[in-house]
Amino acid sequence: MFAVFMQVIKRELITAFRRKSDILNPLWFFIIVITLFPLGIGPEPNLLLRIAPGVIWVAALLSALLSMERLFRDDFLDGSLEQLMLTNTPLGVIVTAKVVAHWLLTGVPILLVSPLLAVFLSLDANTFTATFITLLLGTPVLSFVGAIGVALTVGLRKGGVLLSLLILPLFIPVLIFATSAIDAASFGVSYAGPVAILGAMLAASVTLSPFAIAASLRVSLS
Amino acid sequence: MLTFLQVAAGRIKNMLEVVNLSCIREDTVLFSDLSFTVSAGEMIQIEGPNGVGKTSLLRLLAGLSSPADGHILWQHIDTLEDRENYHQDLLYLGHLPGVKAELTAFENLFFYHAMHAPVAKDKIWEALAQVGLAGYEDQLACHLSAGQQRRIALARLWLSEQKLWILDEPFTAIDKSGVKVLESLFLAHADKGGSVVLTTHQDLQFSAGRLRKITLTRQHLTEY
Repeated sequence: MFAVFMQVIKRELITAFRRKSDILNPLWFFIIVITLFPLGIGPEPNLLLRIAPGVIWVAALLSALLSMERLFRDDFLDGSLEQLMLTNTPLGVIVTAKVVAHWLLTGVPILLVSPLLAVFLSLDANTFTATFITLLLGTPVLSFVGAIGVALTVGLRKGGVLLSLLILPLFIPVLIFATSAIDAASFGVSYAGPVAILGAMLAASVTLSPFAIAASLRVSLS
Repeated sequence: MLTFLQVAAGRIKNMLEVVNLSCIREDTVLFSDLSFTVSAGEMIQIEGPNGVGKTSLLRLLAGLSSPADGHILWQHIDTLEDRENYHQDLLYLGHLPGVKAELTAFENLFFYHAMHAPVAKDKIWEALAQVGLAGYEDQLACHLSAGQQRRIALARLWLSEQKLWILDEPFTAIDKSGVKVLESLFLAHADKGGSVVLTTHQDLQFSAGRLRKITLTRQHLTEY
């Protein structure tokens, strides 16, 4: 079962690296949105520091949304999704592998460019650490929760708009706790509380959402 | 004597039973109370005009959708209750070939088997040669023609250890000589005790009695 899990991830990574625009576009979008804010409201450090958590997290949500559709859409269109559903491995294991691969391709690049953002938004070291931790815990939640919405809308012809209406509200808790952690860090107080809640959300979404994703896919394909 | 008994036991065991199956699509009943069995070593062609529910029936049989009513049993167990066990014995080939455009012919086959039933790499090279893709193994599937992509999907049949093949229009985009090769492959599979359920609009050249036909008509089923 673990071998199948690794093979699915490997297949996803090879496919994505052959079509680099799929990985680079959401990342590029993320960087550009964040660069636009200092340009638009002026380079005043205190103001930037005040809006930084919101800017970073809203940009991360939107770029996750941008990359979300390719999670199942391509496999649905060429018929390989059907074949993945007909293996002797439980569907939940396979979709977990797909979501993990999706996070490696979209969440990890955001983590890697986050030091650059710290410079753009003039974050101090403590605030940057908090930002990094919330992104590390929060972006997998976005992938896992978003995948439920993608699985539900994959069979629809124009699922794109519906997808954003469906999953953006589900991202609100992540946004609230992530930004409050970064806020607390910028005031120099402890941010362990919101980070712990983010960790709980991650644990819940990793363990529960594969069942929901598998069930939604079965509904979408029947 | 013992081997004969084992073969006979296998034939009774590896049976697909369809019991009172009904299918409803968009508020119309495609078929209802459909019952038949597919024994080991049998080849069955589902016939009928377009839109009568052939693909819906095959998707039901494969377990991709759930029936409005009725049961599908494999080895006397409901397929929806024990999906993993059923899918181990099943090879389904739908309208869409399930070939990824960004992977090469070899990688497509390799990953398919890595997820279904692992096989040795040289077997994969062999299978690709058998479907006439020798020399194209390292070409990306998006650079191949529709017929060649279809052949990548069909190469699975040569490597298949699965007992039950459910094939939806397997001959689409395949040339005449390719159809002949596939026919003899189906026959060999049936002789080994496997079963084939397929739909096609082509006339198949099997000797009398080898191929059983099930004809779907609107709301009616006749079997002969």
